[in-house]
Amino acid sequence: MGIQGMELFAIGVVIILFMAVLKQFGILEPMSSFEDSSDSDLELSTVRHQPEGLDQLQAQTKFTRKELQSLYRGFKNECPSGLVDEETFKTIYSQFFPQGDATTYAHFLFNAFDIDRNGSIRFEDFVIGLSVLLRGSVTEKLNWAFNLYDINKDGYITKEEMLAIMKSIYDMMGRYTYPCVRDEAPSEHVDKFFQKMDKNRDGVVTIEEFIETCQKDENIMNSMQLFENVI
Amino acid sequence: MAAGVATWLPFARAAAVGWLPLAKKTMPKPPVDNSSRSDEILYVNVSGVRFQTWKNTLDRYPETLLGSSEKEFFYNEDTQEYFFDRDPEMFRHILNFYRTGKLHYPRNECIQAFDEELAFYGIVPEIIGDCCMEEYRDRKKENQERLAEDTEANEASDAPLPPHSTSRERLWRAFENPHTSTMALVFYYVTGFFIAVSVIANVVETVPCRPPKGSVKDLPCGEKYQLAFFCMDTACVLIFTFEYLMRLFAAPSRCKFMRSVMSVIDVVAIMPYYIGLVMPENEDVSGAFVTLRVFRVFRIFKFSRHSQGLRILGYTLKSCASELGFLLFSLTMAIIIFATVMFYAEKGTKGSTFTSIPASFWYTIVTMTTLGYGDMVPNTIAGKIFGSICSLSGVLVIALPVPVIVSNFSRIYHQNQRADKMRAQQVRVSRFTFSLVLECLCWSHNPSVLTETNHEFTDEMTYSELCMTESVGFRTSRSTSLSSQQGAQNNSTGCCPRRARRRAAMRLANSTVSVSRGSVQELDMLHVKTTSIPRSSLNAQSDDLKLNCGEQDFTAAIISIPTPPANTPDESLPPSPAPIPGILRNTRATAYTHDTVKISSL
Repeated sequence: MGIQGMELFAIGVVIILFMAVLKQFGILEPMSSFEDSSDSDLELSTVRHQPEGLDQLQAQTKFTRKELQSLYRGFKNECPSGLVDEETFKTIYSQFFPQGDATTYAHFLFNAFDIDRNGSIRFEDFVIGLSVLLRGSVTEKLNWAFNLYDINKDGYITKEEMLAIMKSIYDMMGRYTYPCVRDEAPSEHVDKFFQKMDKNRDGVVTIEEFIETCQKDENIMNSMQLFENVI
Repeated sequence: MAAGVATWLPFARAAAVGWLPLAKKTMPKPPVDNSSRSDEILYVNVSGVRFQTWKNTLDRYPETLLGSSEKEFFYNEDTQEYFFDRDPEMFRHILNFYRTGKLHYPRNECIQAFDEELAFYGIVPEIIGDCCMEEYRDRKKENQERLAEDTEANEASDAPLPPHSTSRERLWRAFENPHTSTMALVFYYVTGFFIAVSVIANVVETVPCRPPKGSVKDLPCGEKYQLAFFCMDTACVLIFTFEYLMRLFAAPSRCKFMRSVMSVIDVVAIMPYYIGLVMPENEDVSGAFVTLRVFRVFRIFKFSRHSQGLRILGYTLKSCASELGFLLFSLTMAIIIFATVMFYAEKGTKGSTFTSIPASFWYTIVTMTTLGYGDMVPNTIAGKIFGSICSLSGVLVIALPVPVIVSNFSRIYHQNQRADKMRAQQVRVSRFTFSLVLECLCWSHNPSVLTETNHEFTDEMTYSELCMTESVGFRTSRSTSLSSQQGAQNNSTGCCPRRARRRAAMRLANSTVSVSRGSVQELDMLHVKTTSIPRSSLNAQSDDLKLNCGEQDFTAAIISIPTPPANTPDESLPPSPAPIPGILRNTRATAYTHDTVKISSL
């Protein structure tokens, strides 16, 4: 019986080797078809975007021509294809906050910059956003901040949205802060925020409530002035 | 990603607006950047090639020369640009580093030149991008190995001995470099001869000779001529012992010498004889004694002092230890697998030779190395199938590590060739220039010599000029070869040998052709101190030359230079009655002067 078993085994080995030889000649089609997936990688890199003309951008933003040129040169150097996707954005932003996890906040930021929600930031989005943040009026800045907090862009900031934003900011700061941040700090902070902002106690913060409260708050107003000459 | 940070910094600052409304206190002021924001184009002139770039690009890396205020030292007010007297080709790569943030190593550039440029511009080589890092590291390691070998080779070269060396040091040198003195050379060949004799004696000892009268059985020659072989063995061992003791005495560091491979081989080669002398003729011990005789064959390894090829082989095997280890490991795995399979395949057959798995090892080894003795053969079909798979895979497994070993051997062999050639070149050139310089010095001190002798063709000025230029030319070539001796400087023979070898050969060829027709080694004869000078072929006035110079050795050369008169060709020179070296010197010198006549008479 052992002999027959070995013979069967030997015949099995011979058949496998034969099939391997046939595969080499291409007569036997390989079972797996993983060649298709490799092509799809090529497509993404061929997508390119060229921005609108310099004059149009100058009209849409408050930057001078030279500033726009300088900004575009840096942008193009970083992203030759002219588009920034979310992963790249997260990587870039995480470089500035090495001690914490800035990916969640970067995700929210990405959505705030990506005005037309197509999954990538073009130079126009980038420059328009920067124009608002650096050269815009206080109201525009507050508008922008509201847009950032309103994750689903429905015009209301709910407690859940605020909690998510708050958690992402605390994550970004990391664990090595002084004084140490406790785990309940985000939710407490959210409660305080809602106490301050939500005037009619309906559980959501609208844009009017937000702007009104902020304009009355001295701290926030003072801080806003600092962002004049960042570029 | 330093460039990235610089570009996105304003964006990151601006995004801080996002958490502004949530802050409990006022935000701190951002750091004020005093540098002017306006971007300007800088002009950088590198050896005539003008590069232009944004100032921001250079400012990305403030620790480098171009990114810091250090570049102000190179600013040229007249042309309003930064001027660097460096290689523009290399600068291209440096500038690309600023632009793209990645430093690339160009494959066709010399590694030392690249390192120097990086050092000048203040860039650390560690930031070379991953794409080029491996190539850079490999080239760098190769270069360092080559330089280390060069310095090693030059330390062990035939440089003349320091003047106050003890006899011990001289002895050691004689042993290490046999061609420094004739005694050492003689000893070297004698030991080589005796090694050969000893090995051959060992071999012939076992050949069956005709039996002596009164005996039927064939006797090995060793027993028939026992006394003769014993005497020969004694003589050889005496020589080896003497040599070993001399080396031990002369070695600068006795402990290190005793631990070296060659000395161990020496000891193992002579020990059996002494042990045999000491041991009595006991029956139980003689078995061990016979084993000891086997060690006598190690004498053949003593040849590795005489043969460089053997040393190279040994060194190659040592350096390929990992590949050999891998080969061994994979073979062992394959042997075990196939032996098991063959054993179980052949188990049922009656009278099968595959009695156990270890017994099958022998079959597997013989089959995998394609020996195929045929003493063990499978009978079943399964056995035959597996046997054939075994032999096919054996070829593959053995063939895999072999190219690695071969390439290692080739590399080491070529390196040795190169080192030898370089050493020989240096010896030749240094000896030749030395002799030439001394000749010319003597000539230039004695211009009256020329006017006194009967030679119209040689104009004093042209000759001394010619001599001087040639000697200067050689001095420079000698100095380059000397500097390559140090090996550390950035010269062509040090870091880029392949290209430089051709150039150096051409340079030397040009210089030697103009001076000597024959092979350069024969000019060594000029060095040999001798007092017998072929005077008979010279004019009477030549006596003056000898007195004026004072250097006994070189009078021969000096005197023989003005020999050919203008009207007679070289062949009419009377042969000198002096001994053979004199004749040789004469002919060489005439060959030399034949050319100088041609040149100066133009």
